[in-house]
Amino acid sequence: MSELKTKEAFAQSSETIDGNIATINFGPTHPSTHGIFQNVLKVDGEKIISSEQTLGYIHRAFEKLSERRPYNQITPITDRLNYCSSPINNMGWEMTVEKLIGAEIPKRVQYMRVIIMELARIADHLICNSVTGVDAGALTSFFYPFTEREKIYELYEEICGARLTTNIGRIGGFERDFTPAFHTKLQSFLKTFPKAFEEFDSMLARNRIFMDRTKGAGPISAERALAYSFSGPNLRATGVDYDVRAMHPYSSYEDFDFIIPVGVNGDTYDRFMVRQEEIRQSVRIIEQAYKNLPEGSYKADLPDFYLPEKTDVYNNMEALIYHFKIVMGETEIPPGEVYHSVEGGNGELGFYLISDGGRTPYRLQFRRPCFIYYQAYPEMISGMSISDAVLTLSSMNVIAGELDA
Amino acid sequence: MEMLNNEAILNLIQEAFPNDVLFHEEPYGLLTMEVTASKGHEIIHWLKNHEQLSVNYLTNIAGIHYPEDLGREFAVVYQLHSWKNLFRLRLKCYLSKDAIQIATLVDVFDGANWMERETYDFYGIEFVGHPDLRRILNEDSMDYFPMRKEYALEDATREDKDDRYFGRNNL
Repeated sequence: MSELKTKEAFAQSSETIDGNIATINFGPTHPSTHGIFQNVLKVDGEKIISSEQTLGYIHRAFEKLSERRPYNQITPITDRLNYCSSPINNMGWEMTVEKLIGAEIPKRVQYMRVIIMELARIADHLICNSVTGVDAGALTSFFYPFTEREKIYELYEEICGARLTTNIGRIGGFERDFTPAFHTKLQSFLKTFPKAFEEFDSMLARNRIFMDRTKGAGPISAERALAYSFSGPNLRATGVDYDVRAMHPYSSYEDFDFIIPVGVNGDTYDRFMVRQEEIRQSVRIIEQAYKNLPEGSYKADLPDFYLPEKTDVYNNMEALIYHFKIVMGETEIPPGEVYHSVEGGNGELGFYLISDGGRTPYRLQFRRPCFIYYQAYPEMISGMSISDAVLTLSSMNVIAGELDA
Repeated sequence: MEMLNNEAILNLIQEAFPNDVLFHEEPYGLLTMEVTASKGHEIIHWLKNHEQLSVNYLTNIAGIHYPEDLGREFAVVYQLHSWKNLFRLRLKCYLSKDAIQIATLVDVFDGANWMERETYDFYGIEFVGHPDLRRILNEDSMDYFPMRKEYALEDATREDKDDRYFGRNNL
């Protein structure tokens, strides 16, 4: 806290250093913004006095598009929100629809989802933290975790064939069970990842230069973070232990033993450390889920929503009808209003869905965590230097796709 | 501490605002209330500062357009969360298309700032008292509100498409 006070005092005194206020465009396509954002900074010397954000460079009208798409065709849209952890978005949406239709999901599917979602969280946090390293000038630590991220993407490929925009899973479960290759790859990942991860951790976590650069950079207090409706690692870095997985468990998260790491100062270093610890916890969750993976089906019994086997479609009249109805989006949906949220890569990812019984949602709103917390950015970088603003932006894990919808 | 159930929460609110809870239901267990639009701000402020309820977190704000519902064409939906008591709450304020105005929540939750700007951007709902009510995702010079239902997207079930434009003339 004392560190914060001195920073504020420094910012105030710095306003009179020079008196010449310059306007600098940070973005839209600045290499360190990791996406298309614009920040118009007013600087006095190297100190930021104020900043103003411009959004919407990659706005693709997802909410409008969702109003004409059948439910199963909305899953690919969710891929493109936080594209660093698409599987979490996909499954969040599938669970929302399952909640609306009151589907019962087999335990095995729930555990399989937990495994995939935690892999996605690891991939998401690895990118965010290694990029924070890059912005502090440490390029080596950027390349190390990419080997591991590649392995996670290979695991996605085993499930769904895709890597980045995964469209993984279906309403009601998965398109196929874990393949033998998946089991082999996951086992080897669980064996090698912790060691590789600690190697990455050792490059930054106690690195004097990295610590000096990140401690005190872009801090926010717990009160301010709550006022701004922060969620995810950014909120936990301020010391608030809100995690959707624990508060409103979905997909059997209540079965697993994991801790929710929290920070103290809410600065870049704390955000980094919270994500690092979350990766370790995710590995724990995957190990537990994989060890206790229940027997059973990889899909729910939902003929109205889950595409039947191709052999059945060709040989069975009923399956053919279901197939046709699902593909043409003629499935009957009950009217209703539902909110479901999951702990996404960067916070509480919510789906607020209103169905009027038509083939498409009447209204679908995505609660996009980074859209909500990015508005605190000017407050967080005020009084900081431009290089701190770069670090703060990358450590907040603002993903352009999710920000602009 | 005993957990509050939806009924108890509703009773507390109805006690404090006897005439303003116009309708309530519990879809999927989430207490949903329609409240008088002019009282929305006051109720949320009260909920936040209420010692027992302590609704401390604004989850999201959503606009909805019901063009057929005359006199209440627009809805502003506030989803709130109390971490102390672990319940979610949904408040709805309906507005007429002739007076699409509602008090801003920015003075209660700073995070409402961009949520309201987004709602304004897509539905044209005016948040009175908002410090900076501008478009946020769309271009500034846009002169319509794209999420309104009158801007319909192409009907996916239409059958009058000319196949020649889709490379299917040889079928």
